[in-house]
Amino acid sequence: MKANISRRNFLQLSGAVAGSAILAGCGGGASDAGSDEPTTDLSDAGIFKVGGIGPTTGAAAIYGTATKFGAQVAVNELNASSDVLMELNWQDDAHDPEQSVNAYHNLLDWGMQILVGTTTTGPCVAVSAETNADRIFQLTPSASSVDVIGGVEGTNEPAKDNVFQMCFTDPNQGIASAQYISEQGLGTKIAVIYNNADAYSTGIYNKFMEKSAELNLDVVSETTFTDDTVDFSVQVGDAKAKGADLLFLPMYYTPASLILAEAQKQAYAPKFFGVDGMDGILTLEGFDTSLAEGVMLLTPFVASADDEATQNFVAAYKELTGSDEDPNQFAADAYDCVKAVAAAIQAAGLTADMTAPELCEALIAQFTDPSFKVAGLTGEATWSATGEVSKSPKGMVIQNGVYVSMD
Amino acid sequence: MGLLTNVINGVSLGSVYAIIALGYTMVYGIAKMLNFAHGDIIMVGGYLCFCAVQYLGLPPLVGVVLACAGCTCLGIVIERLAYKPLREAPSLAVLITAIGVSYFLQNSALLIWKSDPKVFPSVVKLPTLSFFGGQLNVSPLSIVTVLTCIAVMVGLTLFTQRTKMGKAMRACSEDKGAAQLMGIDVNATISMVFAIGSGLAAIAGVLLCSAYPTLMPTTGSLPGIKAFTAAVFGGIGSIPGAMLGGILLGIIEIFAKAYIGTELADAIVFGVLIVVLLVRPAGLLGTFVPEKV
Repeated sequence: MKANISRRNFLQLSGAVAGSAILAGCGGGASDAGSDEPTTDLSDAGIFKVGGIGPTTGAAAIYGTATKFGAQVAVNELNASSDVLMELNWQDDAHDPEQSVNAYHNLLDWGMQILVGTTTTGPCVAVSAETNADRIFQLTPSASSVDVIGGVEGTNEPAKDNVFQMCFTDPNQGIASAQYISEQGLGTKIAVIYNNADAYSTGIYNKFMEKSAELNLDVVSETTFTDDTVDFSVQVGDAKAKGADLLFLPMYYTPASLILAEAQKQAYAPKFFGVDGMDGILTLEGFDTSLAEGVMLLTPFVASADDEATQNFVAAYKELTGSDEDPNQFAADAYDCVKAVAAAIQAAGLTADMTAPELCEALIAQFTDPSFKVAGLTGEATWSATGEVSKSPKGMVIQNGVYVSMD
Repeated sequence: MGLLTNVINGVSLGSVYAIIALGYTMVYGIAKMLNFAHGDIIMVGGYLCFCAVQYLGLPPLVGVVLACAGCTCLGIVIERLAYKPLREAPSLAVLITAIGVSYFLQNSALLIWKSDPKVFPSVVKLPTLSFFGGQLNVSPLSIVTVLTCIAVMVGLTLFTQRTKMGKAMRACSEDKGAAQLMGIDVNATISMVFAIGSGLAAIAGVLLCSAYPTLMPTTGSLPGIKAFTAAVFGGIGSIPGAMLGGILLGIIEIFAKAYIGTELADAIVFGVLIVVLLVRPAGLLGTFVPEKV
């Protein structure tokens, strides 16, 4: 698999070299954004070599594919209309830490200077240890565990000063959810159902409970499930019996869809509040979207938002992928990653002839500078010295089968 | 009222386990093998019904019939290709083959239907019944599941007791060699058992997915294991035992979740199995057959 991909990339690169030679002859340098495959441009040395890693095959392929195309949209935009020129080389890791590290080494051989990735948490923990040792600057669009950045509460990983996140960490989602519920007065009695076999769900739950205690939110029911659970009658029944008027669901959308169905079966209609894992529930094949009517969630990005930046991104993304499917938050996070790196390069006046470790130190200094802000599709982001992003989550509510902003 | 709700939920969940367990117990009782692929045939049944209803726009009942027909054929084909050549092989070889078939089915489903879950449209589209001013809600699907379960159990018992084919099955179960000498076509009988078992799996799949509407390539695995537990619990090989085991298992699971804790539910379910097997090694309704050495 990997051999195929590197051969394809090789062909793609050589094609791009030939193509750019021809284009140079014509006096133009526009990249062909309309083709299916991400394009690269190797015309001169003033180009930053950006690597990307994420699963484009296997069970987690939807996430890796989204980040790959999201990042490519940003690179195409930069190359068409800015001074920061980039070349993106995306490698598949099939959501496997070992393959991810191999992909990383392939990228080093290629001459990568900056890494945008990896998409999924498990591989990212493995790769971030490597980038930290090799001094390669790394910004992950979507690996949300604190293990990725290390050195903060809730992880035993050592601090990795070169690793930054574009997505919220799991604990931060718990805190933000409790705050949002409290500020907006969404519920007086709260029930929580979480997956105690999953680090993502448990991580959010723990912080949510801490913050709820602080904010005096009344949590009346706490129940758990595991990956294989299909019957939620007891969990939903408990919340109902204890009179909860808001059900907090820190989990992915598959179990959430079962909980919504069970609540309907029990004629129980509290408010439902989810986190970013809930994003995708409307795309479930065969899902009765009326079940999700009124479901609230905190997510950094929705494709239906009507601001110009989002609409341009959605259009460019659809054109690049050649499909009619809207980009998800992973694509938007990857797009923001590339744009953030470009902004930092511009702000710090970095050039493509610098070595990867030089770029790494300069970018770390830039990202941790308190005045450095990036206004992206997923909100205005700033970073702490530990690599955690700080941005304000958007509250969304599902109405008539689409996301509508709650603010 | 909470107690009553939990009993109803338990019986409803248990009936799904029971229908799956009936398939397990049929195959074990007659072919003397554990068909670990049974849970995955359930999943295939679910997908067949889903495709018929969602893509072909057929009515749910036709979907169920198609799923049954498809799974029956699949069961016969699996038996012919994977298990029949191993008729004389040690039971361990058959067991490993069954696990292999299970993985084969799961991965084929992954290739055909991809990993993203599908939401299964319920085959029973009636409103929830409410009693005591909304305090007690009973889903019509639960009633359909329980009734189907009872009908299947009675049907299977009558079939094995009263019909010629049923008698042949019991004969094979007692002694394959002697049955063959009496002129019974053992291979055809075992094929028939697989056909019936897989047809039941399709019904179980449709009911399982209607009650818990996400369909994934791994949908059948855990219910399959639980149902196997139920079959052993009730006494593997015994048709009423599978039903009893399934329903008890469902009730224990729901009660453990409700009164002890959601974290411990599965541990308790399997803990009960261990205790029952220690006290009654043949299961609740099984007959203990001493091995003569």
